[in-house]
Amino acid sequence: MTLLGWAQIALVLAAVLAGAVPLGRHIARVAEGRRTILHPLLGPIERGLYAMAGIDPGKGQGWQAYTLAMLGFNAAGFALLYALLRLQGVLPLNPQGVPGMAPALAFNTAISFVTNTNWQAYSGEVAASHLSQMAGLTVQNFVSAATGMALALALTRAFATGRATQLGNFWADLVRMTLYVLLPLSVVLGLAFVALGMPQTLAGAVTAETLEGGRQSIPLGPVAFQIAIKHLGTNGGGFFGVNALHPFEGPDAIATALQIWAQTVIPFALCLSFGALVGNRRQGRVLLAVMLGFVLLATGAIYAAETAGNPLHLALGLDPAQGNMEGKDLRFGQALVALFTATTTGVSCGAVNAMFDSLTPLGGLVPLFLIQLGEVLPGGVGSGLYGMLVFVLLAVFVAGLMVGRTPEFLGKKVQAREVKLAMLAALVLPATILGFTALSMVLPAALASLANQGPHGLTEMLYAYTSATGNNGSAFGGLTADTPWLDVTLGLAMLLGRFAYAVPVMAMAGALAAKPKLPEGAGTLPTHTPLFAGLLAGVILILGGLQFLPSLALGPIAEHVVLLAGKTY
Amino acid sequence: MTSLLRPALAMILGLTLLTGLAMPLAMTGIARLAFPWQAGGSLVERNGRIIGSTLIGQDFTSPRHFHGRPSATTEADPAAPGGTRPAPYNAAAGAASQLGPTSEALREAIRQRIAAATATAPGPVPADAVTASGSGLDPDISLENARRQAPGIAAARGLPVARVLALIEHEASPRALGLLGEARVNVLRLNLALDAEP
Repeated sequence: MTLLGWAQIALVLAAVLAGAVPLGRHIARVAEGRRTILHPLLGPIERGLYAMAGIDPGKGQGWQAYTLAMLGFNAAGFALLYALLRLQGVLPLNPQGVPGMAPALAFNTAISFVTNTNWQAYSGEVAASHLSQMAGLTVQNFVSAATGMALALALTRAFATGRATQLGNFWADLVRMTLYVLLPLSVVLGLAFVALGMPQTLAGAVTAETLEGGRQSIPLGPVAFQIAIKHLGTNGGGFFGVNALHPFEGPDAIATALQIWAQTVIPFALCLSFGALVGNRRQGRVLLAVMLGFVLLATGAIYAAETAGNPLHLALGLDPAQGNMEGKDLRFGQALVALFTATTTGVSCGAVNAMFDSLTPLGGLVPLFLIQLGEVLPGGVGSGLYGMLVFVLLAVFVAGLMVGRTPEFLGKKVQAREVKLAMLAALVLPATILGFTALSMVLPAALASLANQGPHGLTEMLYAYTSATGNNGSAFGGLTADTPWLDVTLGLAMLLGRFAYAVPVMAMAGALAAKPKLPEGAGTLPTHTPLFAGLLAGVILILGGLQFLPSLALGPIAEHVVLLAGKTY
Repeated sequence: MTSLLRPALAMILGLTLLTGLAMPLAMTGIARLAFPWQAGGSLVERNGRIIGSTLIGQDFTSPRHFHGRPSATTEADPAAPGGTRPAPYNAAAGAASQLGPTSEALREAIRQRIAAATATAPGPVPADAVTASGSGLDPDISLENARRQAPGIAAARGLPVARVLALIEHEASPRALGLLGEARVNVLRLNLALDAEP
């Protein structure tokens, strides 16, 4: 670790916070249906979409109607994307002549993008046509992110007013978040990415005659715009198989810094939007502070582990100055790799600018544990905020038990029904992750997918189901993921992680919305204080730790001990 | 049900037209006007022929050229249907080794690369010279790595070592904005500069 490295980390995070403040205000404004500077340009498109769909954006929906609309829209998105991937071989904009995807892979990929996971069992430059990348994957990058934001807004409204029966209108939230937040940022960022070296062309591949007389086929495509929304929407699905490591997808350190900025700015901004919408800005800042604290700790841990290097390799006479460089490209540097890795797993992005499979055991433990903590640090676009609010309710409940008072949050009493629903959502993660991993570790067909042996093999499998259920999408990439077993079970894990989590959360939102908003009394536990921030962090750590430490002990922690003992597999 | 079907279908189709077709095509047009070279893949030509992209590394094996980092990319093996064989810097399918920290295969590969590197030049071996990059297409090497290769290249070309070292300094890229990332040198550009030497 160097001071220069920490200066890079500080600069990027400062830029994130500087962006989150105005963006948080803007999102709150858009969520309330108020006019912004973008309305003269995009207003007609917004109204056109409502007219086409036959929607009255002012008509509020209760939690069931809101949730049904969300599920219906996502089902339609899945069907369209699945059809597109299966049929891409006979559709236009396919200069490389990519064939249609096989059913299991198309199922896995369509679910993956609809659930904002972007797990990639395929390699983009080989298996996806330009049309699939643009009209399929890029579209889901926008709308799966907007879906997450819509759900977060619905839950936010449940706290904003007393005795409400309506949580907003899903269609209006979806369209507004897409048009007034995601689209303009993607255009600006996409152009910056082109300037930095990302291709944006409809051409397929060019063949170069290399300096030493070889031939090199260089795939091109409409990369930059897709990569912009890939990060802004915390999607993470790369245009290329090696994701942000590909020089066309991560051309230099400025591009990687901008990607870190893009994947964290909306999740942080949404905390501030939450504060503004519920009329308690300090509450939003407390949520943000907890998230930021975890990001800093995680970044430091990865940075330390990776710069320390691999003792087995150092013993061979390697210069220790660069740290562990296997699976990393040179241009980003260890500091930005650490920050990228911590944020891509802290938010549910899943893009990578280093290969996780080749990280040191402790460097690889951190991203795994960050996902297992529930994708709330700061979590995906929207999903991070509603996930964090689940933990907030659990934290006030725990505090209420300790002091013997009815817990409340922002004037809403937290009672048995809400806590049960919050726990139901929170249990989806361990049940899905540990259940599928345990099953796969005894199935020969699943074990054949492992690339590494020993404790590292367990980590590969555990990471896959963790990433899928957490809707993250990053991978210990050695795992051969395109097998019928993994395609289907990882697809199910993604579905459960997204919708089996979101539906209880929405039911909770409905229950909370209906409650009266009580004035703060002498017995109210203030939830906008450093004390509460500590309690919240503790609840997140204890819950995640209790659920997952045994599996981590068998995977990365065991591997670390084995590494120190000098054993290889 | 129909009250849900129409908005769901209309919205996904409408948003597909907007974010999946209109915007990517518009961006492609703007990119071509504003940044034609980058939008087309940062391609380099010599004598009217495309010889590569400055962003994509190439496989250099000649002793007269600087060598890039080890690359784990592969290609289909015509001798074994369904199998692959090593093909360094295969840009059609970027790939990493995906070997974990306790992999014996990785330790053995690094041991052999260090042995090869120290056979031609003494002194500690920079990590980037003996570890496979994440993309398999890393276009850069560290300055220490380049300087370590300089005497061998100078001997193979009959150039003074000082001249080769000067070329490295000339082609070196500093940290972006003086702060971000790592100082490095682009191997293709460096080798083009070498080839341009009399």
